[in-house]
Amino acid sequence: MAPNVSTEQAAAGVMRGRSWHPAIAGVIKVLPIFLILAGILVWIAFLNPRFLEPAQFLNFIRRSAPLMILAGGQLFVIVVGGFDLSQGSLVTLTVLLGALLASGDPSTTWWVILLLYGIALAVGVFNGAVTSYLRVPSFITTLGMLLTLKGAALLATGGAPRGALPTNFRAFGRAYIEGVPLLGRVPWAVIVLLVIGGVLIFLFHYTQFGKQALAVGDNQHAARLSGVNVGLVRIAAFVVSALSAVTAGIMLGGFSGVSLNVGDGLELESISAVVLGGAALLGGRGNMLAALAGALTLQALFTLLNFLGLPSPIRVAVQGVIIIGAVGFASWRAARGGQETEA
Amino acid sequence: MKLIKPILVLFALAGMTVALSQASEFFDAKELAFQRAAMTTTPEGPADQPWLQAINPNYIDTTQYATEAPWTICFSNAGVNNAWRVVGWTTMQAEVDLHPEIANFIHVDAEGSDDKQISDINGLLASGNCDALIVSPNTTAALTPVVESACKQLPVIIFDRGVNTDCPVAFVGPIGGYAFGIAGAEFIVDNLPKGGNVLALRILPGVDVLETRWSGAEQIFKEAGVNVVGAEFTEGSTATTKAIVEDYLQRGNIDAVWMDAGATSVAALEAFEDAGAPYPIIIGEDQQDFLIKWKEEGLTAIAPTYPTFQWRSAIIATVKTLKGESIPSPWVLPQLVITADTLDDYIEPNMPPLFYAMCGCQTMPNFPQRWGGR
Repeated sequence: MAPNVSTEQAAAGVMRGRSWHPAIAGVIKVLPIFLILAGILVWIAFLNPRFLEPAQFLNFIRRSAPLMILAGGQLFVIVVGGFDLSQGSLVTLTVLLGALLASGDPSTTWWVILLLYGIALAVGVFNGAVTSYLRVPSFITTLGMLLTLKGAALLATGGAPRGALPTNFRAFGRAYIEGVPLLGRVPWAVIVLLVIGGVLIFLFHYTQFGKQALAVGDNQHAARLSGVNVGLVRIAAFVVSALSAVTAGIMLGGFSGVSLNVGDGLELESISAVVLGGAALLGGRGNMLAALAGALTLQALFTLLNFLGLPSPIRVAVQGVIIIGAVGFASWRAARGGQETEA
Repeated sequence: MKLIKPILVLFALAGMTVALSQASEFFDAKELAFQRAAMTTTPEGPADQPWLQAINPNYIDTTQYATEAPWTICFSNAGVNNAWRVVGWTTMQAEVDLHPEIANFIHVDAEGSDDKQISDINGLLASGNCDALIVSPNTTAALTPVVESACKQLPVIIFDRGVNTDCPVAFVGPIGGYAFGIAGAEFIVDNLPKGGNVLALRILPGVDVLETRWSGAEQIFKEAGVNVVGAEFTEGSTATTKAIVEDYLQRGNIDAVWMDAGATSVAALEAFEDAGAPYPIIIGEDQQDFLIKWKEEGLTAIAPTYPTFQWRSAIIATVKTLKGESIPSPWVLPQLVITADTLDDYIEPNMPPLFYAMCGCQTMPNFPQRWGGR
């Protein structure tokens, strides 16, 4: 990793010159993602003025919430220098196992959710421990975990989904709070996103753990020498990512019901979102708000391409080109600014 | 971080490949006309056992394949990678259990890969253990050569998807994709209010069995001058389906949703519920979650099926062949369509949500437990 001035400063919690708080300073550095997001939203609104009505816009946020939460979890892993490819299949496992265990019975919801988070904890600890102590690259560890979880989900259900998710389980991704002043009805998913998003921002920018994660990703030897328990920080990062995947799974299962391929490709989307948000656009090496905005941007992009009525294969290609363009632009800008980054 | 760039390049290449593979056409007017006629033909055979029925059967002599029981029957399966195939595969195993003459039933799962299926079949042939070979091909063109070489050694029965050779003893399968697409489209045309909007939802481009469904429907919509506001790909994902339908509902009314497969029909309906819009005319399939929703909400709906009972018929055809009894070739099975009148016959409240009811398995031993029911 190349030395990155802003990260070191952020890690130390000290900003020279203007004394912005690190979280805010980071946002300013990664401002382009917010401009792109705003641009896409304006474009969508231009095509469909109703999009900005509170009900429609909140629905859009509801749809984006699972990916935003996934990206938030992924950011922790990326910031410590890894990837979590097992997120998507953990989402699938959450939905399939949740349906299997709950079988549509609302009284089971709470212990099922508790059990699912227990599984997430185990998955995260395993990913982190294998990566840290056996020195298996996280790319491989989590790829193995992806296959294992997918296999487990298929094994548990016999290849076809069984059971159903109870209404109170699905509420997190589907239900609305009716009669809210000014906004009309507010999806539960938006509330969940605000709470989880708040927790993620707090963890990343305001705790010792968040700062240590940045330090480990920046230079793990330096971090170790300065007393950071590198292994533990890595494990914690994978645990946060796995917990975020189960949360996203609960919301996606709620949003659209039980399906075998609900989590397919989500790990790549969350990595793309983080790249769009934090790592790439102007190399603040990690900013939670920007990562969340990256996920929202990706989802807005899907919506825009949908509204433009492009055939979906073209959409896939356009998506790839835009992501490469965004990362390339960030590198070019960083290079021109004399700041080294490795995107 | 160095890994990100290659990953993104791969994404883009994958996307462009998909985009370029779009060009081919799947429309065959003659086949469409044939399937349209077959839909209204009364099949021969026992009406209460459609897996034994055949449309316009042309019986062939199989005495040359007759051998003494017990037999070893080998099955090269394209995959067990979706709920439809899981129900079919379970039904097939139950059918095997009904035939004591089948001493061994060897199953090899190609896991959705042409390469693996080709080497699977070569392995089965090399073992010399098989008295007959059943193949459910992963893709048509890729599997044709290996099926041709298998034909030289033993009787071969093909079902579900076809191959480009008539060397197998028989192809067993329902009428086809055009008929599936037409059944739904005609129902929409008959029920659509004047000037109504139709949204078409498809799984993927470029898969022949799915392309024919859409070509059949498109033909009907064209003939009737129906306004199709969009044809979108859902990749079989419920979340994508729901998101696409939500977007369309923001832009205007949708009066009917045509689908090329029923697995995401309920997700499409939920988008209407969440938007507070009235239910559309909807096409589903014979999976339980849709049938139950249909009944509960009194939907204007129809469910064309691609019957899972064909997995039974493949075993029956093979057993008949090894006994030297004549069989229809090709064996065109009826492709039943569930309507409001027959809906109740297919609702199984104790079965999993993606149980495909057109399995002909309800009277088999160990139903429903063997199929995941309670």
